[in-house]
Amino acid sequence: MNGWQTLLYKEVLRFWKVAFQTVAGPVLTAMLYLLIFGHALESHVKVYDTVSYTAFLVPGLAMMSLLQNAFANSSSSLIMSKVMGNLVFLLLTPLSYMNWFVAYVGASIIRGLVVGIGVFAVSALFTDISFVAPLWILVFAVMGAALMGTLGLIAGLWAEKFDQLAAFQNFVVMPMTFLSGVFYSIHSLPAFWQGVSHLNPFFYMIDGFRYGFFGASDVSPWLSLGVVGFVLTTVSGIAIYLLRTGYKIRG
Amino acid sequence: MPAISFQSVSKAYPSPRGPKGATFLALDRVSLDIEEGEFFGLLGPNGAGKTTMISILAGLTRANAGHVRVLGYDVQADYAQARRSLGVVPQELVFDPFFNVREALRIQSGYFGVKNNDAWIDELLESLGLADKADANMRQLSGGMKRRVLVAQALVHKPPVIVLDEPTAGVDVELRQTLWQFIAKLNKQGHTVLLTTHYLEEAEALCGRIAMLKSGRIVALDHTSELLKAASSNVLRFKVDSELPKVLADKARITGRIVQFPANDALAIEQYLAAVREAGLVAHDVEIRKADLEDVFLDVMNKGHQSVAALEVQPS
Repeated sequence: MNGWQTLLYKEVLRFWKVAFQTVAGPVLTAMLYLLIFGHALESHVKVYDTVSYTAFLVPGLAMMSLLQNAFANSSSSLIMSKVMGNLVFLLLTPLSYMNWFVAYVGASIIRGLVVGIGVFAVSALFTDISFVAPLWILVFAVMGAALMGTLGLIAGLWAEKFDQLAAFQNFVVMPMTFLSGVFYSIHSLPAFWQGVSHLNPFFYMIDGFRYGFFGASDVSPWLSLGVVGFVLTTVSGIAIYLLRTGYKIRG
Repeated sequence: MPAISFQSVSKAYPSPRGPKGATFLALDRVSLDIEEGEFFGLLGPNGAGKTTMISILAGLTRANAGHVRVLGYDVQADYAQARRSLGVVPQELVFDPFFNVREALRIQSGYFGVKNNDAWIDELLESLGLADKADANMRQLSGGMKRRVLVAQALVHKPPVIVLDEPTAGVDVELRQTLWQFIAKLNKQGHTVLLTTHYLEEAEALCGRIAMLKSGRIVALDHTSELLKAASSNVLRFKVDSELPKVLADKARITGRIVQFPANDALAIEQYLAAVREAGLVAHDVEIRKADLEDVFLDVMNKGHQSVAALEVQPS
């Protein structure tokens, strides 16, 4: 393995060694959401006329878990290394800023996909899952995880304490995921809130991802692809710039 | 070509106290060349700028002015080559709690693109007394053992230049000896060694040349033997039970009950002992010894830039 591959391997090994916490935990949480919301709302909510609420909920929950875990991987790894001081082992190496970027984001994508697949695997025990357009599913899963892994990288570089990282997670990531249509179709919202939802990039990740399952979505998957691609490019540019300048890691 | 070269290097940090925007000058136009194969000591009190110099060398911090090169590679422009040439043992006792010792060393090798490194890793583990800890998690190791792993991590890629930032701070005697034997062996094999330490007897025993740093400037730079030669050649040492009068205390180096005076001849010794007697004190355990590096160090630190022994480095 060369330098960046080693860092990617180390980042994957890091979460895999504590898979109970980093994979099994999130899958269980998603299952609890599915059981409780599915049970409570199944008979009250119909989406796209033909899709049952539980079937509608599964891709949303899988994507939400995938996004949150992709974010958690890069951000918690970086903040821990900074607080414990072992980031120095990496800072002393000849790895370039692009190596750092590819490895941290790559490991986040892997963790996101592992958790997402876990959610599906367990959900399949409770409900039928259809895959109308698998390529769209894959594209949005990878791009969503990459976007959140990159955002986690930025947050991990910026935060100096666990407290600051938790604030980023609780006040930015959580509201944006919950208000993105994980639990509902935004067509069920009043016009004003539909408009607001369209400003939330998380909405496009989940809506495009869901299109792959039902062949139906709130907006065209091409529009979602465009928005997610644009946001991913922008945050990647910011993350690469921060790594290149050594923001908060090289004095 | 020098192994390590600092050319007019300055570094300012934002001042923790004082008005906003105020800076604190940690390094002030420092120039220093360390030749290949040297065992070089960097000494100075806390806050003198030793760790700042090493941080700039290792690419952990950027200089505000000047150039730093490792085997001719600029630490900023050719950072990958410079870092491949360097093995740095950091001062802080840091570790990654997710891995065991062998995993940590394999991962560190991988970062440098070194493949199939197990033979060298085994040799490092053996030489540093870590062989039976290879599969132990980093969390389970004592402080001394963690320090050994830090040394091994710095050496996984066989760097020609080794930098040790106070590697023996808070470390037991056994490790110090193991460590120095190993580092001395590497130095004999041609590795350049740069060492910062608080233990002056270690620097005296190991380093061929020494630079002394004070307030971000080099105030002495010479061969260890020359520095010792230039210091007061003898020291009068004794113990007293009460405090010395101020006139005497100002000239002495006092550690608890132990009093030491620089004394070049019998007359000086007689005068000091007489003064002690006149003050109504009794000197116990009187001895006369050769000056050591600590005497030189204190002499240079007290005199600062006026040191007779020191070769002043002029800012260019």
